[in-house]
Amino acid sequence: MKILVVDDEADVQPLFLQRFRREIREHEFNFDFALSGEEALAYLHERHTEIVLILSDINMPGMSGLELLSRIRHEYDTPPPMVMMITAYGDEENHRQAMDRGANDFLTKPLDFNLLKEKLKTFNR
Amino acid sequence: MGFFYYLAAFIIIRRLNKRLKGSSLYPKWHSLLNVAGIAAILLFFAIHYIFNDGVVDLAGAALLAGMAYYADKEEDLKDWRILFEPTYPLIGVGVITGLIELLVNSFYEKYDTYFQIAVTAAFVWIFARWAATKKQEEQLKVSIERRAELEVLVKERTIELQKQKTELEETLKELKTTQSQLIQSEKMASLGELTAGIAHEIQNPLNFVNNFSDVSAELIDEMELELNKGDTTEALAIAADIKQNLEKIRHHGQRADGIVKGMLQHSRASSNVKEPTNINKLADEYLRLAYHGLRAKDKSFNADLQTSFDEGLPLVEMVPQDIGRVLLNLFNNAFYAIQKKQLIAGPDFKPSVSILTAKKGKSIEILVKDNGLGIPDNIKDKILQPFFTTKPTGEGTGLGLSLSYDIVVKAHNGKIDVNSVEGEYTEFKITLPL
Repeated sequence: MKILVVDDEADVQPLFLQRFRREIREHEFNFDFALSGEEALAYLHERHTEIVLILSDINMPGMSGLELLSRIRHEYDTPPPMVMMITAYGDEENHRQAMDRGANDFLTKPLDFNLLKEKLKTFNR
Repeated sequence: MGFFYYLAAFIIIRRLNKRLKGSSLYPKWHSLLNVAGIAAILLFFAIHYIFNDGVVDLAGAALLAGMAYYADKEEDLKDWRILFEPTYPLIGVGVITGLIELLVNSFYEKYDTYFQIAVTAAFVWIFARWAATKKQEEQLKVSIERRAELEVLVKERTIELQKQKTELEETLKELKTTQSQLIQSEKMASLGELTAGIAHEIQNPLNFVNNFSDVSAELIDEMELELNKGDTTEALAIAADIKQNLEKIRHHGQRADGIVKGMLQHSRASSNVKEPTNINKLADEYLRLAYHGLRAKDKSFNADLQTSFDEGLPLVEMVPQDIGRVLLNLFNNAFYAIQKKQLIAGPDFKPSVSILTAKKGKSIEILVKDNGLGIPDNIKDKILQPFFTTKPTGEGTGLGLSLSYDIVVKAHNGKIDVNSVEGEYTEFKITLPL
């Protein structure tokens, strides 16, 4: 399963790669990264058919995660990629907005990687 | 005829005594004048008894002249010179009569009637003048009273003014205290706005510290597994990862440390100590704090942040927490302006705030630009005034830009320029000398 992680903090990349070390090695998951909403859209534009799940931060400079979500839902409906939102501000408003805009799930920072792993495995099945 | 001079002297003294009655000078002069009056009469009899008429006349004239001279010199009697002035003809007549009597007595004997007429006329002249000057005298009296009143008034006013002066000085002192309190509370208010931003800024590196240490622990387990299996290549790769993670932990720990230090510096009363400062770092730090501070309050808010830092910028001598406050204030204003515009502009509006640093000759420039509401022309000259704010009551102190002006212009010899088109953009340019 190919997962695109969108976060403006570059250090989430080694973190994901190490956390999912075993899964990556066993080709259960495959990660790609984008540092902004714009970059993510550009990536999707090229290879949206490969991507099954998008994991996006909400609070990013420029295009926010919520905006990215709206654009994804607007532009790519066949097949619709799964989108999980992540935010540091784990509040009702962002949660409600994310769900309204069609997010499949919502996670709060600091990320519980075991929980995330569970969820990803559920999606994978 | 010699008696007339002494009689005139006596009458003048009596009259002066009468006039002085009721004034503050009376007690001082009263008995002196009584004695002087009698002395004038006694003087006549004494001279008349010893000397001839010519001497009596000359002495009488001298007595009157002496009195007039004394009155002119004596400060207390200055106002009463008017009593003495009409005696001048009599003095003149007395001198001439006396000299002629003494030197050319025959001439005097021949025309003594004319001389007597002249003396009598000069004597009468005194009283005629007095009658004529009575009115003047009354005016004089009025003006003397008036002057006294005025003096009292002036004294009262002076006391009043003194009192007001003391009060004003007190008020000024209070105002100065209040001002420094206001500056401190403005600082704390902006810190309050920042708290959420700071929390976010610290939370991020802390998450990394936690995540990287967790994952490193996992990696060590895996490394043990690999070593037990005998796969040293994989174990070494894992070790490299762990080493990298420790570096990341350190990096993010330092990031959080820097934020806390910055926050402490911001809240501390300014030390006014200038130190070489990296403006780019300072600006970047405060831009993030301001942005996240606003995001914490309005979660749907998002803006494009553009930074264009001149990496070749030298360190600049400045009080970093003060310039930090200026930048924070400009960023907060910029975010406020784009946030307000977003409410009215519709979905196509792309809010953006940019910061640019550059070296221009012997100074450096910091430009903070937003594409928000802009500043209407009619308030452009007011925005730097203390307590001027366009924000609703309770939202802004109106001190931000005024304090910024003080910091940049007065404390750092710099400049603040504003360039704005209403509805389009606002650009603040800070120029600091190198």
